[in-house]
Amino acid sequence: MTQVSVSTFLRRNVIGLIGLTILSVAAALALFAPWIAPHPPSQVNLTARLLPPFWVEGGQISYPLGTDNVGRDVLSRIIYGAQVSLSVGGGAVVIGAFVGSLIGILAGYFGGWVDAVLSFVINVQLSFPFTLLAIFLLATFGGGFLSVVIVVALATWVNYARVVRGQVMSVTHQDYVEAARSVGVPVAQILWRYILPNILSPIIVVASFSMAQAILTEAALSFLGVGVSGTRPSWGMMLNDGRTYLQNAWWMTAMPGIATALTVLAGNLCGDWLQDRTDPRLRR
Amino acid sequence: MIAFILKRFAQGLLVLIGVSFATFIVAHLSGDPVELMARENATLQDKQDLREFLGLDRPLGAQYLSFVTGALQGDLGYSFVQRAPVTDLIAERLPATLLLAAAGFLLALAIAIPLGILSALKHNTGWDIAITSVAMIGQAAPGFWIGLMLVVLFAVEWQLLPVSGSGTPAHLVLPALTLALQSSARLTRLVRASVLEVLSADYIRTARSKGLRERTVLFIHAFRGAMIPVVTMAGLELAELVSGAFITETIFAWPGVGRLAVNAVAQRDFPVIQGVVLLAAVFFVVINFLVDLLYVVIDPRVRLR
Repeated sequence: MTQVSVSTFLRRNVIGLIGLTILSVAAALALFAPWIAPHPPSQVNLTARLLPPFWVEGGQISYPLGTDNVGRDVLSRIIYGAQVSLSVGGGAVVIGAFVGSLIGILAGYFGGWVDAVLSFVINVQLSFPFTLLAIFLLATFGGGFLSVVIVVALATWVNYARVVRGQVMSVTHQDYVEAARSVGVPVAQILWRYILPNILSPIIVVASFSMAQAILTEAALSFLGVGVSGTRPSWGMMLNDGRTYLQNAWWMTAMPGIATALTVLAGNLCGDWLQDRTDPRLRR
Repeated sequence: MIAFILKRFAQGLLVLIGVSFATFIVAHLSGDPVELMARENATLQDKQDLREFLGLDRPLGAQYLSFVTGALQGDLGYSFVQRAPVTDLIAERLPATLLLAAAGFLLALAIAIPLGILSALKHNTGWDIAITSVAMIGQAAPGFWIGLMLVVLFAVEWQLLPVSGSGTPAHLVLPALTLALQSSARLTRLVRASVLEVLSADYIRTARSKGLRERTVLFIHAFRGAMIPVVTMAGLELAELVSGAFITETIFAWPGVGRLAVNAVAQRDFPVIQGVVLLAAVFFVVINFLVDLLYVVIDPRVRLR
């Protein structure tokens, strides 16, 4: 690798740096919420109901982004809400990446009828109106953290399966894989030692985009009232609360939406950046 | 070419069978409808009678077959919650959904195609950066949140448009714009990428070196090539708009299929949910098939295969 100047490095990686910075801030907020948030997220203060953000007339600096209909601090709830968004996003990425990659590897490596069956499953999944299926499943089997993670993972595993299948197909017929096969290396070892390292970078790219998609899906589910239930605030739940007060308290809806958009944007930026850096066809 | 079309047709058919089967299974996993339907004081015998009356005591395979043959004849079952045939409930609301989807789709294309082309032609300039940034933000924001913010601006703050409901053209503006902004954010970036790729293709260089005017090169040679991936994506977007407008319809109290479905989920009205899922999947498969047909028309490489 040739020596590159600091400015060239920055220019090439600015998108990724922005994305990583936003994600790190969101992760820090989620991890250290009890120390960062100015108020407990569920602390009701009926004397401070529907206060606007501090820069609007009538706002108070102790509630920087305003309060909701029962006087809870919007900023504190957003900070705690990062816990739900990131943990659902992270959990869904882990499950989705594992299941999707496994299916993609099997379909791509074995081809034939295995591929036909798995591709069929992928096509069926893609033809489903996913949001409806998700609220249906959650309304039927009950919410809770794990159910939401699994349902959101169900939305994203196809992304991995499709990309991995294509990658594996192109790697499987490389000489070194044929060579390994011809000297009798077991299939599991071929997949692990020779195929997996070659498909890791596309998996990481897909994971970035899927993280963003998962956070959006979680917000939509919570907005519809079938998200991670209970007392933990989530951004989607805040958006749902704010909907009723759209006429007189826009900040209840605007603020959690901005938080969601920034986090999703960060995931997409990281995905774009990783794709640029790892896809040799795009390297300039 | 005929083989290509037949193959795609068969694939679509298979997918529909798969979807109908999966829907059927999920609806059956979701609990005993008799428990939800029967009166409070119903005896075991009453429930058994009801089960027999509904045909729920038959083997699963037989129930699936009658579900499919019914669906093929336009009979999607009966909603006991709303006391009406599911087909009627959907048919009543389908025009509203199609109107909204069509308005949203046309608006999305009207935004995305010019902006995407402009962005590609002004590659790496202020225009390009501005358009791409806005599109990225539009992609990242939850669609329903964009809708709510439009309500705050246009309905609450400026009082130009109604908050929700239907009936006049003014009621259509905000929900259609909400759908359009979401999908135009995705489409703009795709159009841009596609035009950029085509502009660096050999046949464009050939066209330029023949001395053709830049306008001819762009609109005759480049545009057609660049639109091939856009057609696929636009087809997916249209399917998404028809089948995925649940939340937008709910926010704007738009009397469409999506709102019907969301209410049905809340009321555990399984026959309605099953019907809507199946309908959405049919739309998806049909639109994809039409996209494949369109491919044959616009992409000579497919015709020759």
